[in-house]
Amino acid sequence: MNQLVAVLIDGLIYSSWLFIIAVGLTLIYGVMKILNIAHGSLYALGAYSAAALAGYWINQGHPPIGSYAAMLVAAILVGLIAGPVIERGLLRFMYGKDEIVLVLVTYAVFLILEDFIKLAWGVDPYFLYQPYSLLGSFDVGDLTYPVYNLVLFGVAVLIGVSLAWVLTKTRRGKMLVAVIHDREMAAAMGINVSLVYFMTFTVGAMLGAVGGALTAPMISVQPGIGAETIVLAFAVVVIGGLGSLPGAALAAVLVGLVRSAAVHYRPELDLFAIYFVMAVVLIMRPKGLFSVQEARKI
Amino acid sequence: MRRDYTLRILGVVLVALLAAGPLLPRWAMFLITVSLCYGTVVLGMMLLMRTGVVSFGHGLYYCLGAYAAGTLDVLFGVSDIAVMLLAAILVTAVVSALLGLLLRKYRDIFFAMLSLAFSMILYGLLVKTSALGSSDGFNVAAKTLFGIRIAGTEFERYLIFAITVLTAFLAAVCIHKYLASHMGRLAGAIRDNELRVEYMGASVRNTIHVNYIMSAVLAGLGGALAAVSVGHIDPEMSYWTTSGEFVFVAILAGTGNVLAPFLGSFIFETIRSFAYEYSPNTWQMALGTTMLLVIMFLPGGLWSLFTRMRKAA
Repeated sequence: MNQLVAVLIDGLIYSSWLFIIAVGLTLIYGVMKILNIAHGSLYALGAYSAAALAGYWINQGHPPIGSYAAMLVAAILVGLIAGPVIERGLLRFMYGKDEIVLVLVTYAVFLILEDFIKLAWGVDPYFLYQPYSLLGSFDVGDLTYPVYNLVLFGVAVLIGVSLAWVLTKTRRGKMLVAVIHDREMAAAMGINVSLVYFMTFTVGAMLGAVGGALTAPMISVQPGIGAETIVLAFAVVVIGGLGSLPGAALAAVLVGLVRSAAVHYRPELDLFAIYFVMAVVLIMRPKGLFSVQEARKI
Repeated sequence: MRRDYTLRILGVVLVALLAAGPLLPRWAMFLITVSLCYGTVVLGMMLLMRTGVVSFGHGLYYCLGAYAAGTLDVLFGVSDIAVMLLAAILVTAVVSALLGLLLRKYRDIFFAMLSLAFSMILYGLLVKTSALGSSDGFNVAAKTLFGIRIAGTEFERYLIFAITVLTAFLAAVCIHKYLASHMGRLAGAIRDNELRVEYMGASVRNTIHVNYIMSAVLAGLGGALAAVSVGHIDPEMSYWTTSGEFVFVAILAGTGNVLAPFLGSFIFETIRSFAYEYSPNTWQMALGTTMLLVIMFLPGGLWSLFTRMRKAA
């Protein structure tokens, strides 16, 4: 019984994390039809800059509670700088190319940013453990969890709900949905499509960086975390159906629970379990759980 | 009709490499061996890309080939190169024939993602298999060739080099012949318009399936040869970044001719080995930039430079 509770709680925590890292990816794909491998680098950039800025804040002797603000500021800055640079500087010249070519373009960006990170922060790991333990912990039965995990869960829900609200209730969001359905028709109706793309990519980049910043206190920040995370995000996004927000949420919960069950009962299968679910879902529903039927073009 | 010099060039390169092999310094021999292993994998990648599908999980077969060759010694105490290569071919052919039944229905990003999932499944399993060294992998040594002992002899390096050269040569010749055959020529048509190919009475899925199996076997061969020549294998061979590299080199080289993948791999491996030496933290940056430049200005890859020159002449 106790183990089942642990599986559920661990699974939900992991799901929250998965959703946070995957939501920006699915948003960008949904609007721009770009499966952005560089999302992994934005995640890593967010983690590094959060570790650096919050670490600096704490080392300067400021009250450690401010480190959360420092993490957030770092992530938003990364998104605001890297997003526009990548979109305006590169991607806008690539629109209209094949989806696979766009994947390769973002793969190239990923490679470049991987080395940029090594040049900027070196190859030694960074540790930012204070924010993780600062909030104390809570008990469920005889299991103890850091409160930070609740923050993770809260942020995931907050991001999901506010994105859903923006998309369905606001004018700007409805315009976005119009662009998703038919880019050319939306442009003909007077929607500034390139502005929508620009905004979407920047917000998506910011979400990736926030994911990294929130993860930084839980891991050792070192080279390779971007590559590790982007495949997980791929799994979530593809299972949910590319571009679908509710799909990503459902997929995150599914993958989170499966992985947590694997970790508890058959620890040697944890990575296997995730990609096994991905393969099974793709085999059963080739376009993911929440996919839109497309007309066949001749 | 333009004359095709590909087979002649291949023959000349084969003779030149085999003759020059004993004179080459060890590092050059190793570099050529590794680029030929890599080139064999990329040759398979090219075969697949000609039909318009891109696999982001070809590391699966690269790794499978290497482990099929490597585990022979662990499981059965067999370490003959010929048997190892044969095992790699068999295992990858069977696995790709089965997975191909699923993958042949997928296109574009979904093909890329499903193959990615398969390769990550293998990665996830191998990383946790402590009997095979988990994430560290294990060392592989080929001790005999057709029952004759080569390990420890002075010809060991050269023999492995020669076997790699011969295998790559045979693979290139076979694929060159295949590309000129009826089924080989269907690839371009499928990439352009599948529906029309079906109306003509050819099966798109069968063609993709056959190309998939062939490209998997080539990747497996490349993996097995790499295992023998490098002497070490690890699960990283099935990680998505390895598969990404194969796609990268295939794009860089272009899909116009069977020579292109080998040329691309040689350039790639040369840059890699020098970059590791002099600038380990910026070489991926150089790779990424090159890839962007190729995508923007040379969509046909480096090989299209040659075809352009020939057209101009």
